[in-house]
Formats: sequence, structure tokens, C-alpha cells
Amino acid sequence: MTTATTANQRSAQTGHVQRNTVLFRPGVRPVRISGFSTTFDVRTILITAALVVAALAVAWWNMISGSAGITATDTLGALLGGADEGTSRVVLEWRAPRVVFTLLGGAALAVAGAVFQSQTRNPLGSPDIIGFSTGAYTGALLVASFGFTGLLATPLAAVAGGLATGVLVYLLAWKGGVSGLRIIIVGIGVSIFLGSFNTYLMTVLDLEIAMSVATWGAGSVNDITWAHVLPLLAILLLTFPVMLSQARNMHLMEMGDDAAAGLGIRLERVRLVQFTCGILLVAVVTAAAGPIAFVALVAPQLALRLTGASSVQLLPAAAMGALLLTTSDAIARAEFLPASLPVGVITLILGGGYLVWLLVSLGRSRKAST
Amino acid sequence: MSVQTVYQELQPAQRVGSPGRRCTLIILVGLVLLIGLCWISLFTGSGSIPAHRVLSTLSSWAAGDLPSGARDTTELLILERRLPRTVLAVMVGAGLGAAGVVMQAMTRNPLADPGLLGVNAGAYTAVVFGSAAMGVTVGAAHVWLAVVGALIVAVSVYVIGTSGAMGGNPAKLVLTGVAIGALLSGISFAVTLLQPEVFDRVRFWSAGSLQGRSIDELSAVLPFLAVGLFIALLLPRALNALALGDDAAVALGARPGVTRLAGLAAVTLLCGAATAAAGPLSFIGLMVPHALRMLSGPDHRWLIPLSLLAAPVLVLTADILARVVVAAELPAGVVTAFLGAPVLIWLTRRKAVKNR
Repeated sequence: MTTATTANQRSAQTGHVQRNTVLFRPGVRPVRISGFSTTFDVRTILITAALVVAALAVAWWNMISGSAGITATDTLGALLGGADEGTSRVVLEWRAPRVVFTLLGGAALAVAGAVFQSQTRNPLGSPDIIGFSTGAYTGALLVASFGFTGLLATPLAAVAGGLATGVLVYLLAWKGGVSGLRIIIVGIGVSIFLGSFNTYLMTVLDLEIAMSVATWGAGSVNDITWAHVLPLLAILLLTFPVMLSQARNMHLMEMGDDAAAGLGIRLERVRLVQFTCGILLVAVVTAAAGPIAFVALVAPQLALRLTGASSVQLLPAAAMGALLLTTSDAIARAEFLPASLPVGVITLILGGGYLVWLLVSLGRSRKAST
Repeated sequence: MSVQTVYQELQPAQRVGSPGRRCTLIILVGLVLLIGLCWISLFTGSGSIPAHRVLSTLSSWAAGDLPSGARDTTELLILERRLPRTVLAVMVGAGLGAAGVVMQAMTRNPLADPGLLGVNAGAYTAVVFGSAAMGVTVGAAHVWLAVVGALIVAVSVYVIGTSGAMGGNPAKLVLTGVAIGALLSGISFAVTLLQPEVFDRVRFWSAGSLQGRSIDELSAVLPFLAVGLFIALLLPRALNALALGDDAAVALGARPGVTRLAGLAAVTLLCGAATAAAGPLSFIGLMVPHALRMLSGPDHRWLIPLSLLAAPVLVLTADILARVVVAAELPAGVVTAFLGAPVLIWLTRRKAVKNR
């Protein structure tokens, strides 16, 4: 966008180019169908496609690798319905839900992260940092301490806890407007506070309940079944088109509230829709697999760097998220490790490393420019 | 209005609020609190030991009547569990409090804290690695590892967090600390999950607890803490000069480079040793300097000695609370985080993070 404006200014100054001609960045193709028009960035499309292919390839690797010694042809046979009962149970009941969940869940987390980052105008404004995951964990623990556990109670409590934490952080950071950095530091504070509260709750709970909640709290996809995948798929189908339809308004809002309002965008409505969809997506993944760290933070930023776009975009972010979570899962259950790790630990290491790199490169780019 | 009248008008007010008097009062209150809490700490615990038994044990120990071979279970509990634990709480508290003051002064950052800036996580990760690679358990090597880990992380967080875009912003330093801390905690979490025997060795102090510390561990970390505290006590004047900015400090005859180096040494020794002894305890170094600055003003000649008094009070309180709040003991680190996080939020709201 900046390139186009400067080019326009330059042409206005020199007068070489006729007025009213819109200049596009190299690699951007405009498409007009009767009254409607849109632009396609060739590089973005290519990179998104490459990311999708990579994610699917890793997903396929996750399908065929594992301790059961099932080959690629066996897997294919099981998927097509022509394998013996044991093989098809391993493939269809154990591996397939997990693989589909990592693909969809990664995409969902990344899209939610992109929305949060866009709305807070800060790469660190992701649900992890704002304390959503810790709050979800607190909700699950609280409900467990009252004696409710199960397929329905834990997820619902997690969603409620996450939402309440999000609202709390927002209110605590509110001081005549929400500054990006303040919301992040307040979020870190609330996370640490709830984290210690969680540790306290763990000591109060019965050992068995505490153990089952603790497994959930590490962020693991080990116990994913189709019953977890279907709600995720439903929410994703419901929210993703809505979010995509608002993406254009979202990008305009990144220029600042006043400018966006001047362009006729109903700010609060877009914000409410995007935040609600984002929270729903994070909640449904968190409810099934526990808090998976940092995918929402890292995936949109990595996609942004690869596509070279001016701000976070939903589709490349989704593809990146799917690739990131499937790869983390592949590493987590890789055979060279003596024990299977929760996928949340891998994403924590990858995400933490990326965050450090982000802060380092932030320093370097400034030095180079001054 | 002449200069003299202004002076005369100011004088009584200054005398009432003079830092010297107030600080003397604070020191007195602090001493009373500290002694009282030490006393409580010796008398509370999971076993129900009657108070007179504790008293008789302590008095006969003080008189030298109790050689280590001739102690019964109760005497063992008091002398080898509660006594080291209390002494350790005081030492660790003093170390973390002084480290917090020095850090906040050096970085001129109100949000600096050894826990928030990832220094404790660095010490922890180094010990986990040492335990995984070399089978280190307790003793001097364990403390050295923690100190080295603290040093590496302190330097890298400072370099990354203060350079480049938003380099002067307090929040960026905290973010860098949190990012490095998250990365390190992920790595050490993975290591402990993959090697259960390492987990077994480190789990007792991974949450930040003073439970079950012995005389051996106490004597292993004491020299490090002592050297760190000695350096910190030499620094107040230099830190006061540094608070005015590097240029003004140089003009006043201070050497900011030397001060920073000495401060770094003090922070590293104190945080490394405190973490080696008690595990990662967060927020002590954040809360104590702020509370004291409100009471005594920004003069480091008062702040550092006062922190040596106030921080042990806080750690002892957290440790005693951790013992009595629930049936099974809570790690003291949980209590300090529970108390400290609201302070962080309050500071953030108050002034620390400007809208940039």
C-alpha cells in the first residue's frame, strides 16, 4: 500500500503518468467483475499454496509414521476402506482425528491470532499473551474443584474462564483507551497471577482429578477423538467466512480508528464480530487440546514475513498455523525422542525462540535505518 | 520573598519528613517484624511440636549441648529443617530484594525484576542442563551453574531489551525477559519430561520453594550471597549518580561503565545463588523497591539497606503463608506470584508504560 501511494505521489509530481490511474505494487493483479473489483497478490497466493501443500505433506507423514508399523499403502487402504480391522482402527480412529485436528486447530489458532494482532495493532497482542490460555485453564480447574469433570464441563468452563480473563485484562488495561503495550504487560501480570492460582488449585484438588486436568493443561493432542474434531470443524465453518468477509475492514482499521471511521466503517461492530469469532476459535481448540502455546502469536507473523504483505492476513496465517501445529506434533511424537512430549512444549520452544528473534531483529532493523 | 524566608518555611517540613528519621523508624519496625517472623517461622510447620519443646531445643542447641549425633526426631526437625529454612528465607529474601533495587537503578526501569527479566529462569535452565548432562545435584557446582545461567540471561536480556526500536521503553525489556524466559522454560520443561531422573532431582525447587532445604545447601550458597550483598552495599552512591542519566553521572565524577559492571556482578551472584537455593521466586525484586521508595524516597543509600530488611520480611511471610494456607504445602513462589502480580498490574496502570 505504501509503495502504491509513493508511486502515485511521484507520478503526480513528475506528471509522467496520467491521473486517475491506480498503480499497483509489482506482483499484484487487479480483478474486475462487472461492478466489483478486488486485487490478488501473486506472491501471497503462491506462498499460501506452498504452505498448504507443506502442511498436508507433514500431515500425511503423521498419518503413516508411528509405532504401529503401518506403511503408506496400508494407510491409503484404510482410508479407502479396504484394510483389516486393526489397521483401519489405528488409522481411522486414532491417527486421523489427531491429524485433522492439528491441521484445523493450527489454522484456527493462527486466524484468531491474526485478528487479535490486527485489532491491537501489535504483533504481541495474541491470545496467549493476553492471558486467555491461562484463564481457560483456571476455568477448567475451578469447575473440577467443584466436582464437575467430563467431555462437556471442562471445555465450557475453559471457554468461560478464557472469556472472563480476556474481559478482565481489557478492563484492567483500560485507561482512557487501551494502549497496545499496556494490554500486554497487564496480560502478563494476570497470567502470572492466574498461574499461581492454578498451582494453588492443583494442590487442593484430589490427586486423580488434578492429574487429568494437568494432562489437559500441558497442551496435548494425544487424546483427540472425532468428538473433538467435529465442534472445531463446525465453529471453523461458521466463523471463518464471517472473518474473511470483514478482513478488508480490519485492514482499514489498522490505519487508526479515526481514518477507518472516516471511510465509513462501523468500528465497534467489526471489532465485536472479529473478537467474538477469534475467541470462539481459540476456545474450541483450547477446550479440546488444552492451551497450546504461541501458535496464535507466531503463525501470523511468520506468514507476514514470508508474503511480505503490509499487515497480517488471514489465509496465509491459517495455512502457516496448520503447518506449524502439524510440524510440532510430528516433532513431539518423533521416534528419536525417548518419550512423547506434549505438543504444547514444542510450540512453546518454537514460539519463544521466534519471539526472541523478533525482538532481536526489531533492534537490528532500527539500527540499520538510523 | 527572600531566599531566607523560603528556607525557613521549608525547614520544618523537611525536618518532619526527613528521610533519616523516617528511615530509622522503618528500620526499627522492619527489625521487629523480621525477628517476629523468624520466631513464627521456627514455631510453625506441618508437625505439631509444642512451643516449649522448640524453645528448649533451641536453647540447648545454643548452649552447645546438642551434638549432631544425639538428636531425636523433634530436635532434628527443628534444627535441620526449620532453622536452615528460616535462615535461607532471610538470605534469599535479602539477595532478591537487593538485586531488584540494583536492577531497577541500573536499567532505570521500574518494571525490572529478576523473575520478570528471565534471570531466574536462566539460572534454573542452567541447573536443569547441568543435571541432565553431568548429573549435578547439590553443592557448589549447582550454585556455579545457576550463577553462570543467570549471567548469560541477564546480559542477553539487557542487550536485546535496551537496543534498537523502543529501546528506552520499560515494556520492551520486560517483553524480552518474558520471551527468553518462555523459551528457556519450554526447553527445561522438555528436558525434564524426557529425562525423568532429572525431573526427580529438580522438581523440589522448580516451583520456588524453601521446603526441605538442608544445612549443606545453605552453606553452599551463602558465600555467593555474601559477596553479592557486599558489592551491592558498595554501590548506593554510584547508583544515585546513575539515576540522573549517564551524562550527568559522568559530570558528577561517577563511572557508569564500572557501576554497571559491578551491578551486573551483584545481580548475577545474588539471583543465581538465590535461585540455586530456593528455585525461581518471582516478584520479590519488583515489589520491595517500589514499596520502599514510597516510604523512604529514591535515595539508594537508604533503599539498599532497607531492602535487605524488607525483602526477607516478605519472603518469610510468603513462606509461612505457604505452610499454613493449605494442608499440603504450597511452594513459596506461588505465594509471591500471587502477591506480586497485582503489584505489576498496578504499576503498569500507574505510570510505568507510557502510550507509545
